[in-house]
Amino acid sequence: MGLLSDPNRRKALTNLLTRLNTPICMVCYLAAIVWFMGLAFEPFTLRTYMSENAMGSTMVEERFSAGERALSTAKEFDAHKRKAGGMPVDWLVKMMQARGLEVFTQSFSRKLPFPDENKERYMVRGTNVYGILRAPRAPRTEALVISAPCSPGNSNNQAVGLLLGLAQYFRNQVYWAKDIIFLVNEHDLIGMQAWLEGYHHTNITGMEYSPLQGRAGSIQAALSLELSSDVITSLDLILEGLNGQLPNLDLANLFYAFCQKLGVLCTIQGKLQRNDWDTAEGYTHAAQTMMLMVLKQACGRSWGDHGLFLRYHIEAASIRGINSFRHYKMDTTTIGRLLEGMVRKLNNLLERLHQSYFFYLLPSLSRFVSIGYYMPAFGLLAVILLLRALDIWVHLGTPALAAVDGVSEAEQPSGPGVLSVLTPVVISHLTGVALYLLPVHLQEIAVEHFPVSETEAVVLTAIAIYTAGLALPHNTQRLLSGEGTEQGWKVLKLTALLYLAALLGCTALINFSLGFILAVTLVPITASITPHMPKALSALAMVLLSPAFTILYCVFIYQELIEAPVSINEGWMLFLSVISQGILDHALYGSLVYPLLALFIYPCWLMFWNILFWK
Amino acid sequence: MAAPLTLLIIVAVTIRAVLFRSSLAELISERVEVVSPLNAWKRVVEGLALLDLGVSPYSGDVFHETPLVIYLFHFVVDYAEVVFMIADGITAVALYLSIQTYNKNVFRKQKYALESDRYPADCLELLRSPKEMFYIPLKVAMFYLLNPFTILSCVAKSTCGLNNAIIALFILCTLKGSALLSGIFLALATYQSIYPLTLFAPALLFLLQRLYIPVNLRRSSFWFFTLQYVFIYVGSLVVITGLSFFLLGSWDFIPSVYGFIFSVPDLTPNIGLFWYFFAEMFEHFRLFFICVFQINVFFYTIPLSIKLKEHPVFLIFMQIAIISIFKSYPTVGDVALYMAFLPAWSHLYRFLRNIFLVSCVLLACSALFPVLWHLWIYAGSANSNFYYAITLLFNFGQILLVSDYFYAYLRREHHLTHGLYLKKEDGSEATLVLK
Repeated sequence: MGLLSDPNRRKALTNLLTRLNTPICMVCYLAAIVWFMGLAFEPFTLRTYMSENAMGSTMVEERFSAGERALSTAKEFDAHKRKAGGMPVDWLVKMMQARGLEVFTQSFSRKLPFPDENKERYMVRGTNVYGILRAPRAPRTEALVISAPCSPGNSNNQAVGLLLGLAQYFRNQVYWAKDIIFLVNEHDLIGMQAWLEGYHHTNITGMEYSPLQGRAGSIQAALSLELSSDVITSLDLILEGLNGQLPNLDLANLFYAFCQKLGVLCTIQGKLQRNDWDTAEGYTHAAQTMMLMVLKQACGRSWGDHGLFLRYHIEAASIRGINSFRHYKMDTTTIGRLLEGMVRKLNNLLERLHQSYFFYLLPSLSRFVSIGYYMPAFGLLAVILLLRALDIWVHLGTPALAAVDGVSEAEQPSGPGVLSVLTPVVISHLTGVALYLLPVHLQEIAVEHFPVSETEAVVLTAIAIYTAGLALPHNTQRLLSGEGTEQGWKVLKLTALLYLAALLGCTALINFSLGFILAVTLVPITASITPHMPKALSALAMVLLSPAFTILYCVFIYQELIEAPVSINEGWMLFLSVISQGILDHALYGSLVYPLLALFIYPCWLMFWNILFWK
Repeated sequence: MAAPLTLLIIVAVTIRAVLFRSSLAELISERVEVVSPLNAWKRVVEGLALLDLGVSPYSGDVFHETPLVIYLFHFVVDYAEVVFMIADGITAVALYLSIQTYNKNVFRKQKYALESDRYPADCLELLRSPKEMFYIPLKVAMFYLLNPFTILSCVAKSTCGLNNAIIALFILCTLKGSALLSGIFLALATYQSIYPLTLFAPALLFLLQRLYIPVNLRRSSFWFFTLQYVFIYVGSLVVITGLSFFLLGSWDFIPSVYGFIFSVPDLTPNIGLFWYFFAEMFEHFRLFFICVFQINVFFYTIPLSIKLKEHPVFLIFMQIAIISIFKSYPTVGDVALYMAFLPAWSHLYRFLRNIFLVSCVLLACSALFPVLWHLWIYAGSANSNFYYAITLLFNFGQILLVSDYFYAYLRREHHLTHGLYLKKEDGSEATLVLK
């Protein structure tokens, strides 16, 4: 407390902070970037380890051997799917009943706010089929879920086949202490959302569904299976869920442990682990893997069917089989054994997975970066905002204190100041509200008047409102009676800086990646902006570092990282589809990225835009 | 001045009415920051249901409000929203009138002192001008009515709003010099939540000061007045408690309300310091630490009363702030009450040292409370330590705020007697250090 109560030391500290403000900020920014990039360097990361006792030390012997039969079931499923032209409900019910499960179906329907052009759907109607294997050894208060999507075309037939094979095998085992639910969901995430809402008696997204007839206990963990070929070369683990939520790290550890045990190649973000961390290539590889995770997490959508479970406090992951041109192939029996092992270990759980980390980044499957290691990178960026705010505060306070009548001097400018600061804040937020509400509500009008499809209408309206917001500062000035004062913009900037710091801080706590990416692009320009800079140049810089351009950059970087680089034109099309997907994800599953950007980040950015054009 | 106040009240009521009708109301009334087990509306409704069934509302462990409140709502439960809005309005008007009276007193005293030439020459800039003081009562009312904390508390129908109204009325009666009403309202406030008991000292000091009775233990007039005030206070307390007994027909409410406040059995997280501490503690130390924590609330009365015996109104502010920080089930409504007084001390602004830090901390914490709650309870990825860290930080901010104002007040008084530009013995510029 000496620092806070001793006036001399305080003065020295504030002097130091204001005098060296710009250098300190620059050092902080560079340090943040270097720190973040350093996270992928192997000696700085921790090795993953199993924290959960119930899953760690128990031996499990896998005996599943019906891989071939699972494949023939898959073929049968494929035939029935083609015949039914969608989900073969009756056949699935029959097959599950034949395996001794309690089978139930759930129908659901959902009208999307506007057509989804990526998946070509608008009015969605479908049925989920699930069978419950009752636990013979325990009161049926807890459950595990294994799910496989019923996708159109040829994909994921093997997943359903394997699911049914596992059901048959599991039925004959006596050691189950938790109910096991085998779920085949139609229309991927929409079906999953309907099923989860039905299971938990909630309705948060306006889905229409029939209530579930049969339930098991509270779900402890879920695995979602995606398998499209008879043999595979590697298994990919997908963890990123809705709003960037991640399952407990122990689930990833469990998967990794079984892959090691059975000699299965396993990847994360589609990247195989390398052992040469001390070479430049090794480091680049780890950094790319981590960057991919950061980008996927930041976009806040569910990257597999598992993503929706996380909202209900259920640890879940998707496992995707990949068949590439590698020489070494594995058959379905091995994958079945891997799943059997994982489910048996999960069956041993005495309480929910909670021992290990929930906040982590994975540069590879065997290494992780925990919250304590990555948060400083964000903290260094947030400190810049606070330092600038402190600087402005000191500048605002000095003349008032130096004046003869300190109190009344400080009072006078705050009179008009409040109004001139409040107006841009309110107008920016109204623009944000327009950006949030109008695109979806105006699509019909837009389609009538312009030759565009509904989806294009929504996206283009959003972009139009976003751009129109840039014209605001000139108009807000007109609304004000008096001229903007020097004091005025400083107060506005102080408010905006603190607002941005609070916003980014909250975002980074919920979704670190999103917070960090936004901070990296927003902090430099917002920290340095003043009305006295060359207008054209700084306006260009501000636009290039605005939230929309951040999304564009992320699209390009993502494509670059998954080794599918795109041209400018394709990138633009991807950018448009990302925006429509973001709006859809918000409407369908309650993803928060779109409202966050539209209602908070964009208005906050507009406030800084206002400062630049302060007159 | 009545017109702006009316306008302010209309705006405040509109905001509340809109929020009452929106879907947010239900969400807000579930927030642990806004409602505590003591004042949650849900529990009042439960108590009412039990009362209607002819069962004691205190049977079961749900309802912990006082009998008078439940009988009040027994009659007006259909108009609960209006009652809470009126309570907020009463608080604002009472605060407005009391600060107006207080400012008049301050100005009069300043004038006398100025005429008798008691201030050092270089202190003139510290004196307060009527122009600057003119809008302070309105600002106080505005700080209370438009404070998001008050609005949240009112929309959640937390009975904290009623307690605040009683305390505000008590302050008004005290400042107007009515010992009888002051004693009655103080007794009511004590009856509602015990802690306002510590406001007895400042009220007594103020009333004595007003009657020009010096605080002197050997003077009979001092003892006469003190006994008179004690009698009013204790008498009304006994009457109110007796009334509760006759309404309810049993003494159930004593353990259920006051026992609940003192022994802190409900460890639902809130913005206070108790819950985490007592959730973690070994059971056999519990009694000891409960004593320590509860004495903590009351203890500051003695040193503060001695230090601030010339300034009872500031002492009232300090006491309310200390209560709202250290009480066992604090909510943001309690915080809002003492924050309403901040404009009254706006002349201390130049002596505040950490106001930037404090406001940053308080704002950041207010934003982080719901976020960390979400991560802990809904996402399941964080845990109670994250939330308690923010609670600690929030209380640290509040303590720093209060001590900053305390220091600034003392420093201004010091300057008013010793001159603004102090010199050390060797002639260099001196700095004041609070030790």
